[in-house]
Amino acid sequence: MNRVLESVPDVNFDIRRDDFGDLQTEEMLVNMGPQHPATHGVLRVVLRTDGEMVMEAVPYIGYLHRCAEKIGENLQPYQWIPKTDRMDYIAAMNNNHTFSLAIEQLCGIDVPERGKYIRIIAAELNRLASHLVSFGTYGLDMGAFTPFLHAFRERERILDLLEAMCGARLTYSYIYPGGPQWDLPDGFVQTCGEFLDYFEPKIDEYNELLSYNHIFVRRTANVGVVSPELALAYGLSGPVLRGSGVRWDLRRVRPYDIYERFEFDVPIGVDGGSDGVPDEVVVGDCWNRYFVRMLEMKQSVRILRQALAQMPTDGDFKAKVPKNVKLPKSSIYFEGENPRGQLGFYVEGDGSPIPYRIKARGPSFCNLSVLHELCHEVLLADVPAIIGSIDIVMGEVDR
Amino acid sequence: MSWIENRFEPGLIVTSLDWAINWGRQSSVWPMTFGLACCAIEMMATGASRFDIDRFGAGAFRGSPRQSDLMIVAGTVTYKMAERVRRLYNQMPEPKYVMAMGACTIGGGPYFKHGYHVVKGVDLVVPVDIYVPGCPPRPESLLEGLIRLQDKIRNDTIGKDSLTRAKKALAV
Repeated sequence: MNRVLESVPDVNFDIRRDDFGDLQTEEMLVNMGPQHPATHGVLRVVLRTDGEMVMEAVPYIGYLHRCAEKIGENLQPYQWIPKTDRMDYIAAMNNNHTFSLAIEQLCGIDVPERGKYIRIIAAELNRLASHLVSFGTYGLDMGAFTPFLHAFRERERILDLLEAMCGARLTYSYIYPGGPQWDLPDGFVQTCGEFLDYFEPKIDEYNELLSYNHIFVRRTANVGVVSPELALAYGLSGPVLRGSGVRWDLRRVRPYDIYERFEFDVPIGVDGGSDGVPDEVVVGDCWNRYFVRMLEMKQSVRILRQALAQMPTDGDFKAKVPKNVKLPKSSIYFEGENPRGQLGFYVEGDGSPIPYRIKARGPSFCNLSVLHELCHEVLLADVPAIIGSIDIVMGEVDR
Repeated sequence: MSWIENRFEPGLIVTSLDWAINWGRQSSVWPMTFGLACCAIEMMATGASRFDIDRFGAGAFRGSPRQSDLMIVAGTVTYKMAERVRRLYNQMPEPKYVMAMGACTIGGGPYFKHGYHVVKGVDLVVPVDIYVPGCPPRPESLLEGLIRLQDKIRNDTIGKDSLTRAKKALAV
């Protein structure tokens, strides 16, 4: 195989606008979405193209606006938990977790030790499932169907574990202010441990399958480069920020819940040439944003192993919180690290059980804002690569 | 060699045209990749490894409405999106079927009461053949919905119906 590749002259399809010379082309507006297989939901992007080059990309959002914040002003916080599920529906546990922490800090609720560990286990399992969806669909966007099937094979096993916890496959409503709704089922620690032993080698398999694949690297390396300054200026977070080489993870820099008890690394994007990273790769490109997720999965496995070992075997898992808990006349803004970045909740109480105002800061929404900066003088085929690497969930963009 | 080989005498099957055409239609229902919200993830899971919708001939997800037979409306339909749903439905060639997947598309679901922005049921926009309840429905439910749709297709009449034929005969 290698010999065949070497015999082919290395043609670099690096097209610049000047190469066309005096060739006359006409600008054209292309509408991409809201029904498009590569826009991850109902994102609509209007592209101003010149031949095969994209000059400008303007995202139009709002096709999935479900007025979650307005609903939050009519319901009690525990009634709003199912709506947080449906915001970032790929990582529902993390949304439950962050919102519960916000309410707990506002009302001063203390959660028993076992409950804290159960929440961390649930959230990290969901982070694995979320990154697996991201990995699988990114493969689909790049024209590879097999990684999708591999990712969903493992994801189903994670969903089995989460289903054993709470009975739902996708929208869990498991973590409430005061702790998880139910205790872990019998034998969960052992089943989860067995799954982790099975899953950890699979990550290397994925890397062999997709990450270092020549075609995949050529599609994603040095495409859509976000410099660290640009990333910070746009308020990006999560793997999109870390792919640009900024070591910023709320679980590490501002540890919340019990994350300070675990040892884990914060992977960041790197330049190519070292540690088996392909040569074409530069910091902040699509490949790095994708690969940070693969590295994060390993760290999540590490956290899960430690959490399973440290968890108290018995005791209360849930604080006794009255359903009609009155919110104090104050406000709180709390941010947690979701698989897609920093998810923030602003909750303002006015003395009644129903919040006066709820505001959510969706990481996908902020990450999407950088799209028009990236889709400037790129090839049309790079646009799905860029959108896929930002990994947006439209439920969270529109809310 | 599969199980069916060397089992029958070579021969001829006589059947009705309806049966033959419906058999073809029900076994190759091509859905459109039309993920709107959370249900789309369950739709993807149905297409992926464990549930494998390909077993029922409906695994060829098409990106274009012009190549697809089935529109699985998977997720909340907002008023802004409703217009697009109608347009996509109009772009699909006949015969076409619509499956309303999930509580939101059946009747607004969790967004019924306060959702000023959510269509209270996709059947207000396009004609729906099959309703699959759940929030989101499990992949098993979606497969059940597909099997029900196949039942519906099997009962279609394609030839001129007997009443029209009788009337013509009388007129002659």
